[in-house]
Amino acid sequence: MLTYLYAIGRVPLEPPDRPGVDAEPPRVIVEDGFAAVVGSVAPARFDEAALAHDLEDLRRVEELARAHHRLVAALPGDGPVAPVRLATIYRDDDGVRRLLRERATELGALLDRLGTCREWGVKMWSPPRPAADAQPVPADAERPGTSYLMRRRAARDADAHRRAQGTELAEHVHRTLSRLAVAARRLAPQDAVLSGRTEEMLLNATYLVRREDEAAFTAAVAGAGASGAEIVRTGPWPPFSFATVDDP
Amino acid sequence: MTALAESPELALVDLLDRLLAGGVVLTGDITISLADVDLVHVSLRALISSVHTLVREAGDA
Repeated sequence: MLTYLYAIGRVPLEPPDRPGVDAEPPRVIVEDGFAAVVGSVAPARFDEAALAHDLEDLRRVEELARAHHRLVAALPGDGPVAPVRLATIYRDDDGVRRLLRERATELGALLDRLGTCREWGVKMWSPPRPAADAQPVPADAERPGTSYLMRRRAARDADAHRRAQGTELAEHVHRTLSRLAVAARRLAPQDAVLSGRTEEMLLNATYLVRREDEAAFTAAVAGAGASGAEIVRTGPWPPFSFATVDDP
Repeated sequence: MTALAESPELALVDLLDRLLAGGVVLTGDITISLADVDLVHVSLRALISSVHTLVREAGDA
């Protein structure tokens, strides 16, 4: 069997009562004060060839991602836990023990930085366009060509104006929320095919927030929603987007 | 989409934003750390913003 690594925290850490990516019961490897949450997974499904094949398939990626996330999210929140990147796999438990020893300094610093903060996503879309009959420029029956061009230009200007307003609003919201967060990141706008949204995405950001600041953060998100743009908060997430260490 | 009974509201796109680009990157024995970009983006790069980001960060866009 291979050892699949989900997350790293500090002892004591109980394995969650949730099946892992291979439906296996998770367990904890302890080394040097660290606790690594792992599962034993079958090489037939998790060696390089199997993963290379599986990661081509969105359904399989989704299954893996959901199972990985579900397990990490079920870990107790009373101590720092660093989620590990999807599909980080060792030949045996010794590989994980070695990692915990060799990367102790960076991992310790990471856990200190994360604390018990949680990650919250905030997404914003521009309000729907006003109806076409709200055009400010009246049609001129005597000069249809000119009035057509004027209408086109007015529509283009209105679009540009709306876009600039949207960008400005997103910057403002992001600045406001960042002040209430320990760390903040803007993610790339989501693809319409996956999100199912056709409006322009103004903001796809994620924030690392202290527990004691969550109420203020939530209130600030609600306040931003009063602007007319649609705003959606997701979370709490385990701090996936903020669990980074420098490469050795 | 296979919605989970316990969290039906968890959108795949939000999950992938975090699960494909987030989490501590550690060198496992089964190496897909580079390959996950190479492999995933072959068929999924058009869909997943986090993969776009990874690819851009790798200077490959």
